[in-house]
Amino acid sequence: MTDEITKVSIVVSKGSLEGIYPALIMANGARAEGMEANLFFTFFGLDAVHKGRAEHVKVATVGNPGLHLATLVGGLPGVSSVMTHYLDRKMAKLDIPPIPEFIEMIADTGAGLYGCKASCDLFELTKDDLVDQVKDIITVGEFFAMSAGGQIIFT
Amino acid sequence: MPTATYAGHDVDVNDEGFFLDPSAWSEEMAPDIAKDAGVDELTDRHWDVIRFMRHEYDEHGAGPTVRVLGKASGVSVKELYQLFPKGPAKLAARIAGIPKPRGCI
Repeated sequence: MTDEITKVSIVVSKGSLEGIYPALIMANGARAEGMEANLFFTFFGLDAVHKGRAEHVKVATVGNPGLHLATLVGGLPGVSSVMTHYLDRKMAKLDIPPIPEFIEMIADTGAGLYGCKASCDLFELTKDDLVDQVKDIITVGEFFAMSAGGQIIFT
Repeated sequence: MPTATYAGHDVDVNDEGFFLDPSAWSEEMAPDIAKDAGVDELTDRHWDVIRFMRHEYDEHGAGPTVRVLGKASGVSVKELYQLFPKGPAKLAARIAGIPKPRGCI
């Protein structure tokens, strides 16, 4: 098969639960299929690999019509935490790991995890602010060079 | 339907090389299947994983995903990928003669 995918680079740009998990599941799944996989965390997606923030990622309860929750209700204090807790419990039942554990597992599969330099500059983050599994903070040019010959997925 | 010859036996496999009939498998076939799957040598650690796959299939009717392997087989995720670089659950299932595990995690 010549159209077989052998390499994926996944850009994570959002810091919500529903923004981060699909990217992690795809990266992990790509490695499980024997593909090469890289994750590139940019903008609010950096929360997934931010020490101290990675375990507090929440589902968006405002501006998220798929949740079928009135916007006014979604904006009340604590609603995002309650919904996140509910989803976390459901995911735990399916053996989907919490984000920090998932990040560790994905790094163990041999996938590369990288922070975006422009975003780190913007948010004044250094490599020390990010979890140890992040190999490096790289530029967009380095990301493209690293992604050569593979598919790029933006989430 | 493709056929493969392992340890002198002809067996029916699917397009990805997985056994259509897991009962047609025997341990002596494993080294030949492993070579087909790109794993040149089966060490004791490989065998730990292959036997665990086989056991899980016998118990549950399906092979485990990498997540389950990492938690329950006694071999860490990191080592699993060292043993089977092109996908531990997928390759170990193929070498163990069981269907490809289905699961997203």
